[in-house]
Amino acid sequence: MAFELPKLPYAPDALQPYISKQTIDFHYGKHHQAYVNNLNNLVPGTKFENASLEQIIKEADGGIFNNGAQIWNHTFYFESFSPAGPREPSGSLATSINTAFGSFGSFKEQFAKSATTLFGSGWAWLVRKSDGTLEIVQEPNAGNPLRKGLIPLLTCDVWEHAYYLDYQNKRPDYLQALWNILDWEIIGKRY
Amino acid sequence: MAFELPKLEYEYAALEPHIDARTMEIHYTRHHQAYVTNLNNALTGSEWGKKSLEEILSGVSKLPVAVRNNGGGHFNHTLFWTVMAPNAGGPPQGELLDALNRYFGSFDKFKEQFANAGMTRFGSGWAWLVKAGNELKITSTPNQDNPLMDIADVKGIPILGVDVWEHAYYLKYQNRRNEYLTAFWNVVNWDEVARRLKF
Repeated sequence: MAFELPKLPYAPDALQPYISKQTIDFHYGKHHQAYVNNLNNLVPGTKFENASLEQIIKEADGGIFNNGAQIWNHTFYFESFSPAGPREPSGSLATSINTAFGSFGSFKEQFAKSATTLFGSGWAWLVRKSDGTLEIVQEPNAGNPLRKGLIPLLTCDVWEHAYYLDYQNKRPDYLQALWNILDWEIIGKRY
Repeated sequence: MAFELPKLEYEYAALEPHIDARTMEIHYTRHHQAYVTNLNNALTGSEWGKKSLEEILSGVSKLPVAVRNNGGGHFNHTLFWTVMAPNAGGPPQGELLDALNRYFGSFDKFKEQFANAGMTRFGSGWAWLVKAGNELKITSTPNQDNPLMDIADVKGIPILGVDVWEHAYYLKYQNRRNEYLTAFWNVVNWDEVARRLKF
């Protein structure tokens, strides 16, 4: 069965002014779509023909991994945003964030630093480890922490295509903007 | 002595419409400048700061990653500005054309292979035409690596390079890296490439 581009959970202009409609149109409509098209062209005749994206992330390499992981990563990224929705965590996730990072403010600082200092293309992740504690990790290119047995809670795309139209080289400004659109109820359900 | 941002030999708008003026300005004044600043910071207090950029790059495996990334970035962008020019484009002539024909079959086949190297570099990086021993080779490198580095898969002296980091083309071409790579041929300064081949 072919992989499909999942529906965007909001209208393309819903995240303005933090992420422009123009960026969403290209990021979702072109980049994310291209990964779906590429994967559908690559998997027929391979052991991944009927695999889930998770299986591809854990077991594949090369073009199948790159495209499969990028589909997963982008879906997870777009799903983390909403135009309304709590801008702070609550409950057990909030407690864990305070334990791991000192405070929510300190977590935001450390996450932004991780995302900003990732050289080249890639993703910054907030993950839950098998012992239940939280960590911030960087992954280059299509990297996804599921491959290392970590549970993703939040991801930030730092490929330049994610922010260049809106922020150009100013990646720190893009990171600051995201706190206005991340939905911690959605993120909390992943914990 | 500190490394410096080299002078750009043409105006930001000089490569229009193939590379837009806004990209040239941001690329040069922000991205390349940052590599120079960060490289100087990374070399502060180090003996390596007295060496040439080429010497530094040949020893990156022994150096902090900040030197690899920013030294590579400074070298790569310095080369990039020189292999482009206004009123340029092809085709190449003389010894350079002979070499391209010899190693790639034809100028068209060379362009195809070079563009393919740029298209298939997943993530950020560069595509290169490299003088490797007595041969010419096409290769690509990730991030700000280049063939002068001791960690490169294909080692040699780059004589032509194209930046395929998204910042190099996104404002004008967005996801259409292929269109950018096709447009690139209109601005290649083959005299400079030929000079580097002989150097």
